[in-house]
This record gives sequence, structure tokens and C-alpha cells, in this order.
Amino acid sequence: MNASNSIGIVSAQRATFDTPLVFRSGAVLPRYELVYETYGKLNTGKSNAILICHALSGHHHVAGYYADDPNNIGWWDNMIGPGKPVDTDKFFVIGLNNLGGCHGSTGPSSINPETGQPYGSSFPVITVEDWLESQARLADLLGIRQFAAVIGGSLGGMQALQWSLTFPERVRHVLAIAAAPHLTAQNIAFNDVARSAILGDPDFHGGNFYQHKVVPTRGLRLARMLGHITYLSDDVMADKFGRELRDGKFNYSYGIEFEIESYLRYQGDKFASYFDANTYLLMTKALDYFDPAHEFGGDLNRAFAAAKADFLVISFTTDWRFSPERAREIVRPLLHNRRSVSYAEITSTHGHDSFLMEHPHYFDVVRAYLDNVAGEFAA
Amino acid sequence: MTQDDIARLAAERPDFAAIAAWIPKGASVLDLGCGDGSLLRYLKETRAVRGYGVEINDLDIVSCIANGVNVIQNDLESGLSDFEDGSFDFVILSQTLQATRHTEPLIREMLRVGREGIVSFPNFGYWKNRLNVLRGNMPVSRELPYQWYDTPNVHLCTLHDFEMFCDRHRVAILERRVMTGEREVGLLPNLLGSTAVYRFQRGL
Repeated sequence: MNASNSIGIVSAQRATFDTPLVFRSGAVLPRYELVYETYGKLNTGKSNAILICHALSGHHHVAGYYADDPNNIGWWDNMIGPGKPVDTDKFFVIGLNNLGGCHGSTGPSSINPETGQPYGSSFPVITVEDWLESQARLADLLGIRQFAAVIGGSLGGMQALQWSLTFPERVRHVLAIAAAPHLTAQNIAFNDVARSAILGDPDFHGGNFYQHKVVPTRGLRLARMLGHITYLSDDVMADKFGRELRDGKFNYSYGIEFEIESYLRYQGDKFASYFDANTYLLMTKALDYFDPAHEFGGDLNRAFAAAKADFLVISFTTDWRFSPERAREIVRPLLHNRRSVSYAEITSTHGHDSFLMEHPHYFDVVRAYLDNVAGEFAA
Repeated sequence: MTQDDIARLAAERPDFAAIAAWIPKGASVLDLGCGDGSLLRYLKETRAVRGYGVEINDLDIVSCIANGVNVIQNDLESGLSDFEDGSFDFVILSQTLQATRHTEPLIREMLRVGREGIVSFPNFGYWKNRLNVLRGNMPVSRELPYQWYDTPNVHLCTLHDFEMFCDRHRVAILERRVMTGEREVGLLPNLLGSTAVYRFQRGL
């Protein structure tokens, strides 16, 4: 831990919302809680707030570390902190755990006060728009009328884009990183295989496994293994693992022989030990449903007509989950609608995961952009 | 950008002022091979243009963003497919023409995307360049600062060459300005001018 440029000790906060939230699906959640963290100071004009939206497995602990758990460092700590690209000396940064999550915000593993049991399968299927509604209420609570920027990678980038459409007046800049305007059939197919692994696990119990005191570990583990393959590039896998054998020889068995197998299983096990299977299902559905053009007959140009923000779109050359070509599908409707937009294609070997990695050029791009954003309210 | 910055840019790049003179206030502009975004910044300050740059170089992308200029990272040579027909008043190719490989399709793309095109390029027919070649060496100068073995320039041309090209490819030249340094050249431009700037549209 380099203490000189970390935001340092942080703590999570909790907000309770008693106004019922009506989901896109028609379901209603009468009451819910969101956990969040904030870094930096909100200025008197409340104009320097940045919202960080997380991806599939992310949460509210975005930067810094906990006093009682110094090794638990925020998932985007390399990007966010004093003097970092998202500079907490200039901005008031908010990270939250999305509704339906499993890191403290109300989700399938939370207790439903009406039944005294975990929500499980009764937790509503959620969409990006539903998240935005809940995020906007958190902004209201914090007195933030308009975000200086909403930033996210992957599914987080999709939320950032949606902010400019659902709440055009409430966001001045959108940074959509390693994102796409919707999933392709191939993307949805990957999600469906992941869901099938969970749904088919005998320990899943239709989503109500909590009462059975079991966890669908096998399904969740498979889902994560599959996901992980799609987050890495062929190059980085070849570099990191190649055809390395753990024992240096073939064992002619079904045990772990190749290093890549060992790595994937380790990642799968680690993930299955803390992540909630129902949350995983919800996140993948939110991804599948995301499609701002859906209400506009598939026309993204019309969908983005509502946007008023300025945009920075970033992609990574080896990201095949959301490739540069997909990022340009975001750029084109913004050009069509004459929005201010810049687009950077970062040369990186790390595939979709690149957005989480420290990369000098990528960080310079974000820093240059946000320095100008800071200039808007510093003047 | 301060008045001093604007004056400095205008002195360093005489083609900037020539280009700006053709662009009405508030026009939409696409600057191809925009480098660090200086021209767009200059046009924003002096002409309040709305626009974008296209650039491939990583460092330039950061500079453009730092300059407050919209930039789209892309290879010009692969076309301008991100941009719709007639979506700009002007498409500019400033000191980049000589470094493009597929010059003809690029000019065609410029006139698809823009109402008018503007190019500026170093005139290879400038007498000092001719003198260098006569002496037996490729010219190295302010306008052509590269050694022959280390240059991005693959399609150097003279004023005559460019005008013949336009004629053959149904590009209608609307206006031309020829300069040496900041000085306008009227007489024998293909011999006495070091930099040329053209404004053109699709010909019949």
C-alpha cells in the first residue's frame, strides 16, 4: 500500500429509502437500503460530485481501505484518490453498491421485513433504469442536483450512459469505459450459460437456497470461470499461462494439469465463496436488458437525442467482450446528435479487464479529461 | 487560450489564419489528423466553431483532450465511416495531405462528410526545395523538417500537381492562398510559395 497517494482510511455509510421503488418489471420494493462510500469534499456549490458505477461484481468500496481491514483496498483505488486521475482533492466521489447487490445494499440475500426471510427468488428482476432511479435518490439525499461526472466501466459504463438519457439535466459529463450500447447475441449467450450453471445447480433451490443453509457454489463457480475467460484476452492468457503444466508432465487424468485450469478454478472458488448467486443472476439480466434504443425501434440516434452531457468514451484494443467496434457504436449516435465527445482506443493486452488496470496512457486520458471538468467549477 | 497564445499560434502556423479567414462564425468543422488540437482550439477561440478532430497518435489524443478539443481516435486511412454524409460545413486536412497514403479516397470522403474541404500542404515546387533537389539533396526546411529516411511524408506534391489532381477527380477549387511564412504570395506561386491552402467542393 502506497499511503502517499491513497485516500487512506474510509468507511461505508448506509442510507434507507422509504419511498417505494417501482421497477421496470412492475414489481415494487417498498423500502430499501443502499451502502455507499464517499471520498473528498463536496464543495459549497455541490457541483464537484462524481458518481462511480460498478460493474457485474463490483461494489461501494471503490478506493482507500478500512481501518480494521487494511488489506481490503477499493477495487478502483489505482484510479481514484488524491492526485490520481479521479482526483479526490478536487472531486467528491461516491461509490455505491447497487440495489440487488450482495455487499450491503438491499438484495436477494437481505431479509425481507415482510416475511423475515431472505428475499431470494422474490427479489425483483432489475434493470439499469431501476438502478438509476435508486442512485438518483441517493444523490437527492446527499443534496447533489447535478453530477460533474458519472463514470463507469463495463456494466458501470452502461449505467453512466443511461444517466445522460434518463436524467439529462443531472449529469454534465459521462465517462463510459469498456462499454457497449447493448449486448450482442454472443454476449447474451455467455450470460445465459452462466445463468444455466447457477440455475441448474441442485443447491440453488429456485433461488431460496438460504433457507436450506446451502450455497450453489458449483454453479456460481462455473459462471465465474466462464466470465473470467471472456474478461481476459487470448494474448494475456497465452502470456500468463501458455501451456504450462503444474507437474511439468501429462497425468492423463481429469485433475488440474494446465496452469490455466488452476487459475480459473481458483478464481471460481474465490468468487463463489463470497458472491451471491441471485445477485449474479440479476446482474447478468440487467446487462441483457440494457438497450437504450429499445424504445426507439432500435435507433440509437433517436435514443441519444435526449442527452445533454459531454462524453468521453474509452475502449481497449484486446477487449473482445466489449470491443473498440462496440465503443464506436456509442460514439456514432453522439456525433449524430452533435454532442461533445472524445474517443480514445487504448492499446492494452489485458482484454476487458484492462479498464481496472493501471495503464499510463489510459490514466493520462482520464486525468486530462477530468482536469478540464474540474476547471469548470474551480473558475 | 489567451490572446498571446492565439498570436503565437498564428505566427507558428500561417495556414491557421488563412483557414480561419474562410470559416464563418459558428461553423461545424472536422479536422483530420488534428495533432494536438491546436487548429481546432484556434478556430474555437477565433471562430467559435463546433467540431471534432480525428487523430491516431496516443499522445496527441491526450493533448487534444487537455486542449478541450473533441477528438476521435481513428485511422484516417480506414475512412470516415463514423461520420454521416454532409454532417460538417468544413472538413480540414491541415499539413496532413502529404502524409496520407490513400489520398484520392480520403479527398472523396472529405467531400462526402463535409460541404467543403480545406487542405494545406507544403509546396514541393517552392524554389528552395527545387534548389535543394538541383543540388542533389532532398530538401529539409521549416515546412519539410524531415530527413528522407525518417519522414511521414509519402505524397509530396506541388501546387500544379494538386490542381491537376482536383481537375481529374472532379474536385472544384473555390479559393487558393499561397504563402511563404506569413507573407502572401501572388506572383509565380508554384515557385515562390512555400505553403498552399485550398478550399474546394465537389465538382460537377
